[in-house]
Amino acid sequence: MSIVSPGFSGRRRGADNRLPPGQYLTHDFPVLSAGPTPRVPLDRWEFRITTEQGEKHTWSWNELQELTSEQITVDIHCVTKWSKLGTTWTGVSLDTFFEDVDTAADYALAYSYGGYTTNLPLEDLLDGRSYIAYEYEGEPLAPEHGGPARLLVPHLYLWKSAKWIRGIQLQIEDEPGFWESVGYHDYGDPWREQRYQGD
Amino acid sequence: MLDVPDWPGHDAGQHVDVRLTAPDGYTAQRSYSIAGPADGDRIELTVQHVDDGEVSDYLTTVYAIGDPVEVRGPVGGWFVWRPEHTDPVFLVAGGSGIVPLMAMIRARAAADSKTPFRLLYSARSPSEIIFADELRRRARDDRGLDVTYLYTRSAPEDWPGRPHRISVADLNSAGWPADLRPACFVCGPTGFVETAADILVALGHEPRRVKTERFG
Amino acid sequence: MTEHLDGNDMAGALSEIFAVDVSAATAPCASCKRVNVVAELRVYGGPSAPGLVARCCGCDEVVLRLVCGPGAAWLDLRGTTALRIPLPPG
Repeated sequence: MSIVSPGFSGRRRGADNRLPPGQYLTHDFPVLSAGPTPRVPLDRWEFRITTEQGEKHTWSWNELQELTSEQITVDIHCVTKWSKLGTTWTGVSLDTFFEDVDTAADYALAYSYGGYTTNLPLEDLLDGRSYIAYEYEGEPLAPEHGGPARLLVPHLYLWKSAKWIRGIQLQIEDEPGFWESVGYHDYGDPWREQRYQGD
Repeated sequence: MLDVPDWPGHDAGQHVDVRLTAPDGYTAQRSYSIAGPADGDRIELTVQHVDDGEVSDYLTTVYAIGDPVEVRGPVGGWFVWRPEHTDPVFLVAGGSGIVPLMAMIRARAAADSKTPFRLLYSARSPSEIIFADELRRRARDDRGLDVTYLYTRSAPEDWPGRPHRISVADLNSAGWPADLRPACFVCGPTGFVETAADILVALGHEPRRVKTERFG
Repeated sequence: MTEHLDGNDMAGALSEIFAVDVSAATAPCASCKRVNVVAELRVYGGPSAPGLVARCCGCDEVVLRLVCGPGAAWLDLRGTTALRIPLPPG
């Protein structure tokens, strides 16, 4: 049972009906990390999709830049309760990458430089629902926010938008990723407040 | 000063976690070192105002005597000194890292301990020295306590040398020789702590004898 | 380099789960075998993060992870072989 601290209101934040349940609006962009920030030189960067059969599809940084990109504006929601509305990103839709990928898998495990992983159903990556984003607010994505490129899946809690994305492993069975294996929800829908396992 | 009902007592070097809750349920939490020995149920924290620090801002400007606040602790069993430890002690403080080390100095005095203590306190300038008067008094009156100051930005006129960041020479001359196997406690911002700890190990102190607490 | 704190910072959260203080416990890294003291692990995250991630001082691999949710805490120790926790005498 928490004691309310008289006169405490914390950093300026507000309520807004575009916020999912339990979220606060923030105007800054908090940086949360689980380890040291990886530094990935662009000449060695690559993004790979590996199917459940072991077939690999790989893109270098230059190849990524040549794909059709979009500028999108989305709301992002972190499981630690802050939400940021109207953020703009430049990125390539995962649909573009999956055009030539042949798969019968239902699940994906996204993995990052530095070792982070997160799992989600494949269908949540497709049909315009996710991007490989490399610019934020018109500038190259900073390393502390996941640069050179991160996965962006705005309809789920932000821990699913793996920073420093390196690849996606397609799987027949779902396998919990970094946070999912230590209490967080396998799916993570902010509108149903799916923060922890069992929510 | 906080009155904590049924406070179980604490060791010098321990801290508490302070949690603030806004009426809408929003919470913020920070850790603060306990600055001195317990006085029954009363404990002392030293909080420095940090720009943009929502907890320190509340505690130093809004919080009024008598207001309730949630505290968890005492916490920490590694970075502690107890009067029954009689090896010589070397305390290395960077900025607000002085707080848990001051608790150790005060505990030593309260226990009337003869354990030799040396303190090296690094701050940006003389005006940023916390507990300045008390340290001056203790350096004069507490037998077996030596205090050396190090300034990184601006120094008083009578201070030998130029302002500089902590170096091998500072730790070597202000501290105990490694073969005396002193207990070393280093506290302050992460960068300061890592630099100082690396130097102490390079000077021959066993890594296990160099205890660190990072304030970030 | 990302700023990290140390295991002293985790002591409060761990005190909600362990009956004794574990900051002085040793935790050998399952990857490189370095014997870390919990208080000195490199800790990322904090009360405002999804969880606390404590990494080996030698190789930076994850040694332990702690998530505190409402009504349950999850503690993952697969990054260490065994904790040796000093117990108070008596």
